[in-house]
Amino acid sequence: MKRVAVPVAIVVALALVPRFAIDVPYVFGGGLNTPGTLQLLALCLMFGGLALSYDLLFGFTGLLSFGHALYFAVGVYVAAIAMTRWHWSFWQAVLFTALVGFLLAVVLGAVSLRVSGIAFAMVTLAFAQAGSILVLKNPNGWTGGEEGFGVDYHQLPAWAVGIFNTKNLYWLALGYAAAVFAIVRWAVNSSPGHVWQAIRENELRVQVLGLKPYTYKLMSFVLASLLATAGGIIYLLLLGGANTEVTTASFTLTLLLMVVLGGTGSRWGAMIGGILYTYADHRLGDLSSSHAVSTLPSVFRTPLQQPLFILGVLFILVVFFVPGGLTRIGQVGVRLDRILRKPAVQEEIT
Amino acid sequence: MSTFLLLTITGLGLGAMYFLVASGLSLIYGLMGVLNFAHGVFITVTAYALWFTESKLGGVPVLPRFLIAAVVGLIVAVVFAALTELVLIRPLYGRHIEQVLVTVGLALSVTALVTAIWGSDARVVVAPTWVGETTTIFGAHIPNDRWLEIGTAVVVLFGLEAFLRRTRYGLIVRAGVENRAMVTALGIDVRKSFTLVFMIGGLAAGIAAVLYTLYSTTIDPQQGTSLVIFAFIVVVIGGLGSIRGTAWAAVIVGLVQQYANYYASSGLGDLSVVLLLGIVLIVQPGGLSRRFA
Repeated sequence: MKRVAVPVAIVVALALVPRFAIDVPYVFGGGLNTPGTLQLLALCLMFGGLALSYDLLFGFTGLLSFGHALYFAVGVYVAAIAMTRWHWSFWQAVLFTALVGFLLAVVLGAVSLRVSGIAFAMVTLAFAQAGSILVLKNPNGWTGGEEGFGVDYHQLPAWAVGIFNTKNLYWLALGYAAAVFAIVRWAVNSSPGHVWQAIRENELRVQVLGLKPYTYKLMSFVLASLLATAGGIIYLLLLGGANTEVTTASFTLTLLLMVVLGGTGSRWGAMIGGILYTYADHRLGDLSSSHAVSTLPSVFRTPLQQPLFILGVLFILVVFFVPGGLTRIGQVGVRLDRILRKPAVQEEIT
Repeated sequence: MSTFLLLTITGLGLGAMYFLVASGLSLIYGLMGVLNFAHGVFITVTAYALWFTESKLGGVPVLPRFLIAAVVGLIVAVVFAALTELVLIRPLYGRHIEQVLVTVGLALSVTALVTAIWGSDARVVVAPTWVGETTTIFGAHIPNDRWLEIGTAVVVLFGLEAFLRRTRYGLIVRAGVENRAMVTALGIDVRKSFTLVFMIGGLAAGIAAVLYTLYSTTIDPQQGTSLVIFAFIVVVIGGLGSIRGTAWAAVIVGLVQQYANYYASSGLGDLSVVLLLGIVLIVQPGGLSRRFA
């Protein structure tokens, strides 16, 4: 009972946020119910859900993909193109996008899962890169090339347009995060979910038991990709346009950063990682232009202007000293101890 | 015919650079099981060290200035690669995923740092004039840097082969790629060769960076990453851990990219390379090295 009550209570509490006009100094730029703050919170929640969809692959199935951005970008670009270039209605565009995302995940997943481990990582990276190149090439003038393009807001539902409706988008993003959480929880506890975790632990043993890891890995891949595609549609509504940033390899790498920072193979960890990372990424940018930083000598100021530098360094520190991610920070002492004592020969025999 | 010849030589030149980047990646992976995502950073660091040195040597004539800057760039690449291995990879032995994660973090943060210091705009590198001129062969005007790229890659290929086949260290590296546990059991500390392999990989990537600045005459923070993505494709097509497979795959990828870009449509070359990768994976998931090596 408690396992359901806690997430539900959190969702209800978060759903009430737009109702409060409280000012939270330093943490946010404005009051809690201002469009700016709600937009940032909505982005955080959306990335929390997206990070969890990535963790389904990486943390729960043990598949290191460098191409998750591709399926997110499908959500952003296909929906935007269908509405803006072909003038389809919102729901038609959503259905079509889901179909494209599904088929692409099945086909590319089936090909790239023919190799495993690091080769799988490289192959997914290559496919995502193909998507990125295609978007930059701007076929038929659909994708807008390097600049991206704004979605035709006439096709969007009325509740999703305008600054006044930011609270609706916030609820939508909250709904997405909650749905991803519930779906991942259900999937991981289902019988294929147990096989996924068994594959992560020892794929050979799963094979010896007479199960085909390939089919199960493909299931996990397609589900994670579909969740990412859904996230892409939410992102499109939140930002009102498509940009090339979401197609790049760096985008997938930031997802990896979120998941590892928060804690792999843990639903709360991935989600909190995504939320904190997005928050830090945006607020550090504001911080670097603030008065306190601009008076610093340039040796300190220059690195602070790039949030990715700080987050990248933090990421390396977490990998070294907090292997379970920030949600398992209690184990720091143990790990430090292990690093400081010179390790005995612990070469693994494979 | 002259166009075909130009495309072929340019494709080979491109393949040469892919080989230089991919050979280091492939060796590091083969021996240590580490996918070195920071390989692109080796390229970026070399290119910026080269550009920085050049900009500091204002009064020196172009050719010696470029050579000095290139040597400085290569030294920086080797030192940076060695430090990466010693500081970041070494404490995480046997934990492959964590090692990959650390190189990802390094790649992102160094790229961000370079962007913060020198901006994201491209910087112009002054190349010696001979490199920018063309040589005419059978009616085709071939830019001279192509010969330099192909020649250097051939020298590096033979150098690597000689190192791996004729020296004691090469023997340990090759044996380590085959079966690391067995080499350790024979009383040889394989880990010493890890730093060496990283330095070789860093040197090869540095040479690729110098050649690439000659080829494009500009540098920017993202260049290394984009070059490394094609190197990844080359490594997978060639078969992980095989130098000869990597060389063949680099030539094929370079040529396919050039031909498709010219004969089909510009930009299609990159996509056809990914398509090629898909076909190789379906037909022969282990890569080409099964055939060639």
